[in-house]
Amino acid sequence: MSMHYFANPTRFTRLAGRIQPWAGGLSAVLLAVGLYLALVAAPADYQQGDTVRIMFVHVPSAWMAMFCYSFLAVASAVALIWKHPLADLAAKASAPIGAGFTFLALVTGSLWGKPMWGTWWVWDARLTSVLILLFLYLGYMALWQAIEDSQKAAKAAAVLALVGAVNVPIIKFSVDWWNTLHQPASVLRMDGPAIHPSMLWPLLIMALAFQAYFVALLLARIRMELNLRRIRALRLAERAS
Amino acid sequence: MKRLIAVTTRDLRLAVRQGGATFLALVFFVLTVTLFPLGIGPEPTVLARVAPGVLWVAALLAAMLSLDRLFQADFEDGSLEQLALSGLPMGGMVFAKIVAHWLTTGLPLLLASPILAVLLNMNEEGFAALMLTMLIGTPALSLIGAIGAALTLTVRRGGVLLSLLVLPLYIPVLIFGVSAIDAAVHGLNAKPHLLLLGALTLACLPLCPWAASAAVKLSLE
Repeated sequence: MSMHYFANPTRFTRLAGRIQPWAGGLSAVLLAVGLYLALVAAPADYQQGDTVRIMFVHVPSAWMAMFCYSFLAVASAVALIWKHPLADLAAKASAPIGAGFTFLALVTGSLWGKPMWGTWWVWDARLTSVLILLFLYLGYMALWQAIEDSQKAAKAAAVLALVGAVNVPIIKFSVDWWNTLHQPASVLRMDGPAIHPSMLWPLLIMALAFQAYFVALLLARIRMELNLRRIRALRLAERAS
Repeated sequence: MKRLIAVTTRDLRLAVRQGGATFLALVFFVLTVTLFPLGIGPEPTVLARVAPGVLWVAALLAAMLSLDRLFQADFEDGSLEQLALSGLPMGGMVFAKIVAHWLTTGLPLLLASPILAVLLNMNEEGFAALMLTMLIGTPALSLIGAIGAALTLTVRRGGVLLSLLVLPLYIPVLIFGVSAIDAAVHGLNAKPHLLLLGALTLACLPLCPWAASAAVKLSLE
């Protein structure tokens, strides 16, 4: 079975239709278990109290924010190199999801920062680089929107995604560098005691739930794009006849 | 090589004969820097503290605003297509245009920055570092910006989009540029920052024209 087996939209839609409810269901179950463990079963932190529970949403979102960009970059590379027709759609579909997770990570981080650091926002290296990541997502999505010809938009967006992917580590490094110059990282360091299993398990389950949610949403969005394309083609055919 | 130089000189000649437009980036640079003392107050110590950052941010914005000159006019009157068909390697042609862009924006900014630094009361120790970072850093601005300019070629009124695409990519240049000057002002060694900035520009040198030419090809299809 070659890489282009699922380039056929009908075949892909059939497979995606079969996987999607499973991914969605898995996500719902894991989310329920994870939230129970995180909000009820896990002990409150001896220093942070109940605010530590924000972590169970915050950390998985931050992981997903990075994962989605990696996915976006790989999909764009596949689209540019092998011209796989679904890779473009996968990249396009993953961008808003990634932007959503990035936004969630920023908001929960801010909500967590207020009780812990006493401020909504600090120009800490991590916060800053996540904020920049959000701008990269927004730029990517804006470029897709701005170019009318979807074939050209796909290619331009893919080039941008790859340029961004090369830049992400450089930005991360430079921001780390910048921050350590201006203020010593002391309060904001998160590497306290190693995380206890009673907190680690809910965290991992939540991370898996987010991942399953991503898969379900991604498949739904790709199918939506395929259907939109089909509708457009049908409309054009109707006009032509 | 000769033909690439011909592209650069053509762009330079166009820029000079158009007159005003070329120096608008410079005027913008001076104006933005002038706004800062008005915005944050005329205290010399405060201005001296923020001077490196202000100068670099203003240079960043000025370079970005002039990016549309890079390909847009040539794209609209069709000469970009002619250049693409002329048998020149696309990457080389793009690089030649980037060189012309740097000569008409980066270089004037570099020359104007010490004067503005005096106006902002910047510490004298920082001047050499300021000139050096501008010399090393502004080519990176033209190089990275070329990608954004090429990607937004077919977009009507792409100015705001261009800033959204390009500014996040400019951040490392800003950080290393400013930290080199800061280090020099505080009597520390500016060399590591300058080396990192140089590494950044050198990495951009082969990669950016390549990516930009891919984007130019796309818009000519």
